[in-house]
Amino acid sequence: MFGKKQTPAKKQLALVIDLNVCVGCHACVTSCKEWNTSGSAGPLPDENPYGADPKGVFFNRVQTFECGTYPNTETVHFPKSCLHCEDPPCVPVCPTGASYKREEDGIVLVDYDKCIGCKYCSWSCPYGAREFDEVQGVMKKCTLCVDRIYDTSLDPKLRKPACVLACPTSARIFGDIKDPQSEASIAIAENSGFQLMPEWGTNPANHYLPRRKTRITLHEDELVRADNPLKVEGEPPKVPLTSPTIDDASNW
Amino acid sequence: MRPAFSVLFLTTLIGIGQGLLVALSVGQWIETIGWAPVDPNGNFIAYGAVVAVVFLGLGLFASFFHLANPQRAWRAATRWRTSWLSREVLLLPVVMGLGLVYALIQYFNVQPALVTFANGESVTLGLVVGTVAALAALLLFVVTGMIYACVKFIREWASAWTVINFMIMGLASGSAVAAICANLEGGVLARFYLFAALVLTVVALATRSYQIWLNSRLALKSTLKTAIGQHHQQIRQISQGFMGSSFNNKEFSAPGGRDAVRGTTVAFLFFAFLLPAALMIVALGHGGLVVLASAAAIQYLGLLVERWAFFAQGQHVQNLYYQGKA
Ligand code: SF4
Ligand code: SF4
Repeated sequence: MFGKKQTPAKKQLALVIDLNVCVGCHACVTSCKEWNTSGSAGPLPDENPYGADPKGVFFNRVQTFECGTYPNTETVHFPKSCLHCEDPPCVPVCPTGASYKREEDGIVLVDYDKCIGCKYCSWSCPYGAREFDEVQGVMKKCTLCVDRIYDTSLDPKLRKPACVLACPTSARIFGDIKDPQSEASIAIAENSGFQLMPEWGTNPANHYLPRRKTRITLHEDELVRADNPLKVEGEPPKVPLTSPTIDDASNW
Repeated sequence: MRPAFSVLFLTTLIGIGQGLLVALSVGQWIETIGWAPVDPNGNFIAYGAVVAVVFLGLGLFASFFHLANPQRAWRAATRWRTSWLSREVLLLPVVMGLGLVYALIQYFNVQPALVTFANGESVTLGLVVGTVAALAALLLFVVTGMIYACVKFIREWASAWTVINFMIMGLASGSAVAAICANLEGGVLARFYLFAALVLTVVALATRSYQIWLNSRLALKSTLKTAIGQHHQQIRQISQGFMGSSFNNKEFSAPGGRDAVRGTTVAFLFFAFLLPAALMIVALGHGGLVVLASAAAIQYLGLLVERWAFFAQGQHVQNLYYQGKA
């Protein structure tokens, strides 16, 4: 229905977000807003920021969900931004070509100089990742900080999306998911990374790592010190230097 | 979804224009093959086509209010290979142009006969252009309907019935206006159009009601489980990530919620279909222009309400992420 499918990109930059680690601090939200409101593409405006019903444009939001029934509940903090789908339904519907997916790295972008503000693309994103800028009259969404990840004037360590750099718990990993050796690919492979709503066939590039429980099994004898079977507290007894040691090799 | 008034006016107004063009062409065919006598003054079709172009133009005008950057609207014609919206942007001016050419040919009676039938009537240039205009108008119904029907994330819209209903409702309202035009010009086809409008209105009542029934039985394709990938039976949203509101709250919900959809649905079933149908029956009986005009006017207002309800009823998948806050 949408014409021919996009050829899969050779390189696909993406974020991998570890839901087991995210503490819901919103540091990624604020640093995303700070970086992306300060660039040459124009601000991410806030309407009525100090009023009763503030409304603003953000590329990234951290939502919170409670799973389970009280008292057996678990709180999941869930950062959400454009997933840079490999088969993005938002792109072919755009009548102007303002929305596009880059061949070279798979980033889905909006050309603000072409967008007419019809909002049709936002209807075709199942994740609610696009937010409309009423001031500029164009659609906005996460750019994966395309204006800094290739900035050669930055230290290579800093050529990452602002959210990734800001995360205090390192819950966000950035990399090429088509490169099996990248940190992102390894994290997905080793920790059962998953995609959101796979039933729609959008094939999101961003992945999430699930909540996982870390348990170890301890046996009774591991709880008893073999070198102190009688559990005597205090200084170990002074032993004459001539007496044999436990292993007959070491010194007292 | 939030009903945008520009789009309500766009889709209903061009629906009348398209329906009217189809009706005119059908009427001209009926005259040509001799089921009805040819209009003595012949101007009815010319005036009717102008009225159709005016309706289409008003719709086009309304559509600009939907765009935040209308000065770049021309760019919307560039992606017709993939976007139904782009296809509409291209086809609407084409239909208007064809309608205008049709009107001019009929008005100035530039009618070289292309084929002549046994009854003395012939396939004229006007007949051909009118047929092409009518076919383009029918295609435009499909294109406009597909803009909504191809949004698979709104299950209420993603159905062939969206296209079918756009077409039948447009044809019904266009035939009603055709009946008025024919009546004003003393045309012989007035009763035919009125009867067609009545039948189409009743059919529209049936098909639109069927879609309402279908939409009341939709199964969810996604749940919070797949939306956030947590395999829990019970998931409750605590925060949407903000305390105020966002584009995602406004664009994807309608004022009044489900109650408003229910209320407007009852209202449009009555005002777009039942009441106009009753008035059309009265008009068939004694042929009064006032009754006919009020039927068409009430039907138009009813269709505006219908379009409002159509938008408001659409539940977008992204709403899974915007369900609640504690
Ligand atoms: S998450 Fe939404 S906006 Fe981003 S590429 Fe996928 S469909 Fe498009
Ligand atoms: S709002 Fe802009 S980017 Fe989105 S479909 Fe319309 S023109 Fe394309």
